[in-house]
Amino acid sequence: MQKALLIDPDKCTGCLQCELACSYEHEGVFNPSKSRIRVFTFHQEGRFVPYTCTQCSEAWCQQACPVDAISLNTDTGAKEVSDSTCVGCKVCTIACPFGTVNYNQVTGKVIKCDLCGGDPKCVSACPTQAIVYVDADQTGYEKMRQWARETDNNPAASA
Amino acid sequence: MSWTGKILRVNLTEGTLTAEPLNMQWAQQYLGQRGLASKYLLEETDPKCDPLGPDNKMIMATGPLTGTMAATGGRYSVVTKSPLTNCIACSNSGGFIGAEIKHAGWDMIIFEGRSPMPVYLYVENDQAELVDASEIWGTSVWHTDEWLHNKYQDPLLRISAVGRSAESGCLYAAIINDLHRAAGRSGVGTVMASKNLKAVAVRGTLGVGNIKQPERFMQLVNENKAILAANPVTGQGLPAYGTQVLMNVINEIGALPAKNMQEVQFDGAHDISGEAMHEPRKSDGKPNLTTNAACFGCTIACGRISTIDQGHFTVENKAKYWGNSGGLEYEAAWALGADTEVNDLDALTYANFLCNEDGYDPITFGSTVAAAMELYEMGVITDVQTDGVAFNFGSAEALAKAAEWVAAGEGFGKDLALGSKRLCEKYGHPELSMTVKGQEFPAYDPRGIQGIGLNYATSNRGACHVRGYTIASEVLGVPVKTDPLVSEGKPELVKAFQDATAAVDSSGLCLFTTFAWDMTNIAPQLDAACEGEWTPEKLVELGERVWNMERQYNMQAGITRADDTLPERLKSEEGAARTGPAKGRFSEVEKMLPEYYEKRGWNEDGAPTDETLKRLGL
Repeated sequence: MQKALLIDPDKCTGCLQCELACSYEHEGVFNPSKSRIRVFTFHQEGRFVPYTCTQCSEAWCQQACPVDAISLNTDTGAKEVSDSTCVGCKVCTIACPFGTVNYNQVTGKVIKCDLCGGDPKCVSACPTQAIVYVDADQTGYEKMRQWARETDNNPAASA
Repeated sequence: MSWTGKILRVNLTEGTLTAEPLNMQWAQQYLGQRGLASKYLLEETDPKCDPLGPDNKMIMATGPLTGTMAATGGRYSVVTKSPLTNCIACSNSGGFIGAEIKHAGWDMIIFEGRSPMPVYLYVENDQAELVDASEIWGTSVWHTDEWLHNKYQDPLLRISAVGRSAESGCLYAAIINDLHRAAGRSGVGTVMASKNLKAVAVRGTLGVGNIKQPERFMQLVNENKAILAANPVTGQGLPAYGTQVLMNVINEIGALPAKNMQEVQFDGAHDISGEAMHEPRKSDGKPNLTTNAACFGCTIACGRISTIDQGHFTVENKAKYWGNSGGLEYEAAWALGADTEVNDLDALTYANFLCNEDGYDPITFGSTVAAAMELYEMGVITDVQTDGVAFNFGSAEALAKAAEWVAAGEGFGKDLALGSKRLCEKYGHPELSMTVKGQEFPAYDPRGIQGIGLNYATSNRGACHVRGYTIASEVLGVPVKTDPLVSEGKPELVKAFQDATAAVDSSGLCLFTTFAWDMTNIAPQLDAACEGEWTPEKLVELGERVWNMERQYNMQAGITRADDTLPERLKSEEGAARTGPAKGRFSEVEKMLPEYYEKRGWNEDGAPTDETLKRLGL
């Protein structure tokens, strides 16, 4: 069973623990600027929104790569960058419609979310469950459940 | 090893910037942030110097855990000599710039001298430059922040800045970072402006990677995050209500100072409480509170993000205040509200926004307004001074006007910008200033909570709750419950809290972790991250060393035993609490002080003995 990251901005406090866990896992350093997941603050609206790669099935980044450095991990569904193959041309960063593939000028390679091989560290680092890792086919389940309760037409609730 | 090992020294007089190695021997004795920066200040400056002259220095310092994943590891401190107290000042702030300074590769930035013209410091990793700030001088913190972000086209720039209040000499100006976090107390912003330094803008992309034992560190970080999550204060109370969880609690025990500390309870407490921030407003049906918010790396997230009702009189036709920004925390809500007897939550939020927008301390500001209101009701201050504004207790209009005046540094705001000590002296009633060493009290009444009164009297930066937060024990029962009305045993309690706090303030972590953690949680995280051996005992001793060093600085600056006291109103029968559980009580500070000195190893004049200094390696 493949799983997917499910992000709920309502729960995010903007603490950046996810960015620290991600950069530490991949680069061995606490460094938001090297994180594959980023949290955006919308100050006027009072909103914090984590954002990262959603692992498209037909991934633009993968299709654009001229050296086939991006491949599918069939266990996790992640599109993973092979550092030994990547030539740092950055075409994938242009191809990605969501901006979630980025260049790392220190290594000369691109970086993107690889779901940490099936144990995403942003998920375990998040103190509020704003990022969870759930059955890829059932990402809407929790929201459906909430709406089911909301729209349940039992007479007591609608009275 | 967690320190970067580098200091950026900025000589504003000469316009020079120099990188130099951190004194690692001092780092082992003073850790970082508050302790280490205080050591540098004491070594490099004369404690008798004019705080607003070029001989004073201002140090922005991170701790070894700043910028790491340790929960709350985003703190930085600003250490300098205070123009409000003439004592050592150390103001601690969260937000994001502390971690950014660290990620740019610096443990500290030391500012010395005075620039001949307004400048700001721009830092991008190991590149730093002083840049002409004439275009932003005379503008607010919020404008400066927007201007710098636009200029560099860099949304990731982190900025600390001073506003118009600091530039016009308000003695309690703050340094605001990330729009609404503050190195708030003791006028550190006034010092920054006196150096013609408008802002510090930092971008760091190097991160922190030199952890001594990375695997052990990560394991400890995760274990200790779980402890914070499971604790009722750090896991539930603070995220839901922020520090404002305290408003009703403290009012109920009769320790909420009101009406310039004439009273110990406030009828309107609920209206300005954390609970009230969640309630839908009558006018637009929205609550004051939009969400809670975290500082860098913080898994508690006590910060408040709030709005003001667009129809409220304070923001009519002022669209720039209609969005979300930093909302009320307990101390601010108390000073702006209970102490002035204003129970209008939106008016308090407006004053709080202005405190952030133009950078001044809401505790000192609110308390000074309260003192001015008492003087107004006595007829000493009149409509002549207030430009016709009725300056009575309970007036939201007066509070809003006062906030606007201090922000702009105009009119009666010039008097209010002096702080209550100088204001009350100017109008011939020094006894009405509710201060210690010239700094105003925070929101816990020493008549109803004995230990905190002793802490106020002996705090090295003047009246302050976060030098030794005995409220944890006396009210919340952490780590053990003590009776707030009893003075016995409090000298020892105060000393223990003060020493532990000095250590936490030197680490890069937030003091609020100590609702759930003690030194046995903090020391191992330091030990896994930092060079050297870090035990709980070593940390406590380090805290005591820092406390004594600050005391040495203050004594050299001219502080004596006579300054370790409370205003007459709080320690005399005439001023005794008139209502609530503490009715008839007053602070027994004079009784506690000799025992406190003795526990500290100080002589009867409050000076550390040679033996104490030797024991602490001072």
